[in-house]
Amino acid sequence: MSKKSYRQAINEAIASEMRRDPRVILMGEDVAGGAGTPGDQDAWGGVLGVTKGLVTEFGRERVLDTPLSESAYVGAAAGAAATGLRPIAELMFVDFMGVCFDQIFNQAAKFRYMFGGKAETPLVIRTMYGAGFRAASQHSQCLYPIFTHIPGLKVVLPSSAYDAKGLLIQAIRDNDPVIFFENKVQYDDIEDVPDEPYTIPFGEANLTREGDDVTIVAFGRMVKIANEAADRLEKQGISCTVVDPRTTSPLDTDTILECVEQTGRLVIVDEASPRCNMATDISALVAQEAFGALKAPIKMVSPPHTPVPFAPNLEDIYIPNADRIEKAVKAAMNYRVRETV
Amino acid sequence: MSGITAITMPKFGLSMTEGKIVGWSKREGDEVNVGDDLVDIETTKITNAFESPVKGVLRRHIAKRDEDLPVGALIAVVADAKTADAEIDEFVARFQAEFSVDQDNSGAPAAPEPKTIETNGQRIRYLDLGSGEGAPVVFIHGFGGDLNNWLFTQPAIAAHHRTLAIDLPGHGGSSKDAPATIAELAAAVSNTLAELSVARAHLVGHSLGAAIALQMGLTNPAQVASLTLIAPAGLSETIDGDFIAGMVEADRRKTLEPVLQKLFVNKSLVSRDMIEEFIKFKRLDGAKAALSAIAAANFRDAKQSVIFLPRLGELPMPVQIIAGAKDEILAPPDVAYLPTKIAFHSLEASGHMPHMERAAEVNALIEDFVDRSA
Repeated sequence: MSKKSYRQAINEAIASEMRRDPRVILMGEDVAGGAGTPGDQDAWGGVLGVTKGLVTEFGRERVLDTPLSESAYVGAAAGAAATGLRPIAELMFVDFMGVCFDQIFNQAAKFRYMFGGKAETPLVIRTMYGAGFRAASQHSQCLYPIFTHIPGLKVVLPSSAYDAKGLLIQAIRDNDPVIFFENKVQYDDIEDVPDEPYTIPFGEANLTREGDDVTIVAFGRMVKIANEAADRLEKQGISCTVVDPRTTSPLDTDTILECVEQTGRLVIVDEASPRCNMATDISALVAQEAFGALKAPIKMVSPPHTPVPFAPNLEDIYIPNADRIEKAVKAAMNYRVRETV
Repeated sequence: MSGITAITMPKFGLSMTEGKIVGWSKREGDEVNVGDDLVDIETTKITNAFESPVKGVLRRHIAKRDEDLPVGALIAVVADAKTADAEIDEFVARFQAEFSVDQDNSGAPAAPEPKTIETNGQRIRYLDLGSGEGAPVVFIHGFGGDLNNWLFTQPAIAAHHRTLAIDLPGHGGSSKDAPATIAELAAAVSNTLAELSVARAHLVGHSLGAAIALQMGLTNPAQVASLTLIAPAGLSETIDGDFIAGMVEADRRKTLEPVLQKLFVNKSLVSRDMIEEFIKFKRLDGAKAALSAIAAANFRDAKQSVIFLPRLGELPMPVQIIAGAKDEILAPPDVAYLPTKIAFHSLEASGHMPHMERAAEVNALIEDFVDRSA
C-alpha cells in the first residue's frame, strides 16, 4: 500500500489490465503522443498525462493515437469491442461526446439487446468532466445524467483515488459498455492505493460516514465536498450519513432508501445542471419509495441552470460548495410543518 | 522540573495519527502505578486502554472526554504529590507552546513500512521492528488477518527485541495464489525466515497462525526457540463454521459486521475502519479464492483438519498458551489434556483476539516468556 494520486491510480489500473489481458487496448487523442515524430515517443500520455508511460510498456500496437475525430475512433472502439477486443477509448472531455452519440447510444448500448444477448460490447470510454479547471463552458460539463438515461450503458463516477483504480479495473473486466467519468480537478488527490489489482463492484454505494440526522447523497467530486460540510456540521451537533453511489447506472437504490429511512432527511449534491440530473432522479425515487420516512422536504444542491462561466469568480460561485451543503442540511434540520390556521 | 511526566497521546500501530479520549480510568489526585490503566483511547481501528508509564499522582487531565487529539499531544500530567501546582501550570504551558503537530510529524523519523521479499515464487510482506540480542520474535496472524493484527503487540515487544510480523500467503500484502494446508503455510513461513537469515525465532501465533507455529515446532524444532499460542487452532476438533463461511463469503459492511464481532467480547471494538480494511483486502484479486482454499483445506464443515493435541508432548521448546475465556470461534483447549510443562493462561474479558482485547496482559506474558526462554 502506498500513497498514489487519482491520476496514478487510473494509470495503474490500465497498465495492470493490459498486462493481464492482451485483448485490452487503449486509444484516443494523444494517449501516446508524438506519433510519427522523432524524439521522445511518450511525450504526452493524454492531455493531462494520465496515460504516460503506457506506450513505452505496451507499444504502439496497443496504445493508439487517433486522428482528432471522436466519431471515428469511438465507433471503431465499439466495433473492436463487438468483435473480440476490450478497448479503452479516451474521450478527452465529455463535452465532445456529442459528435459520437449515435455510436454510443444506438450502437454500443444496443448490441446486447439487438442480437438476442449473443453480442457483448466490452468497451470502456474514459472521459473528463466537471467545472473548476478554468476551462470554460465547452470543457467543464458534467453530462453523466445523459448517459445514465440510456439503458445498456453503465456509468461510473469515482470520487477518490482508491475507488478510481478498483472501479476502472471492474469497468475493463465488465462485458458491457461503461462510461468512466474522471473529474479533472481531482487528478492530484492523493490517498492510500494498494499496489495489487482489485475490483469494486458496480451498484454498491459507499458510505463515507454514518450519522443520525441527515443523509447526504453526493456524486464524484461532490463526495469530498459533502464530507467537508459534514465535518463542520458534526462540530455543531448535526451528524450526517454521506452516501457515494459510485455508479449512477446501476444505481444502489437500496442503500439510498435505507439511509433515508434511518435519518428521515435527505440532501442531494450534484454538480450536473439542475434539470433532469441525478438529484432530481433520486428525489423522485425517495418521494415514491420512502415518503413516509421523510421529516422534511428533500433538498437539492446543484449549480444554476446556466453554462459553466469562464470568469473565475463566477465559476467559483457556480460550483456547489460546502457552505451551500451546510445551509441545505440546516434547512432540513430546522423544517417544521406549518400549523394550519 | 524533574518528577513531572507528560502523558501524551500514544501511537497504536503505524497508521494512527490521532486518538479520541473515551474516558478516564483515574481521576485527578489519584495515585497511579506503572501499568495502571489511565485512559481509554479510541482510534479509527480499535479502542484500547492506555497504561501509565510512571508511578506518581495524576495531577491533571489535560484532554477532555470525547476530545480528538493528534499523536504526541499532551493528555495528562503525572507528578509526585509535593510538586507545586504552579510548577505544573508552567510545565503544561511550556509543553503546549512547544508542541506542534507538523513538527511532530516531520521531525520524527518516518514510521517503519512493511517490506516484501520473494521466496519460492511467492511474495511475502513483513514488518521488521526493533532490535535486540538473541532470537527475534516472529508474529503469525490467524485466518483472514494480517500483520496489522499485532498493532498493540509488536511495537511493545520491539522495545527490547527484534520482531518480525509476517503476512501469511493469501493474506495482507502477500501473494494471493497461495498454498492452503497448515503444513504448506508452515513451510512458507520457514522459507521466509530462512530468506531473512533468521535461523531461530520465538514464534507467537494466533489461531490458524498458532497451528502453523505448532507445525513449525514439530518439523523444525531447531528453528523454534519458544512457542506462544494465542487462541490456537489445531488443539480441538471443532471451529465456528459460520465464522469461517462469513469470512470467505461476506463482502459488504452489513454482512461482515456480525462476522467480525464474533472475534470480540466487546462488540463495539469492531469499528467502521476495521470492517472497511477487511473489505479492501477481500477486493484484491485472488484474496477471496485464497481464503476459500485455506478454509476448505483446514476448516471444512466446522471441523479442524489437523489436530496437534496428542503431539504436544513431543515439542522440545517451551510452550505457553493464551486463550480468551469467552472465545466464540475456537473453544479453549481442555487443560486436563495439556502436558503439565505447558503454561496455560485464560484471560477472562476476552474473546478470540486476546492480543487486541487484553493487549497489555498478553504483551507482558509474551515478554516474560521470551526472556525466560532465551
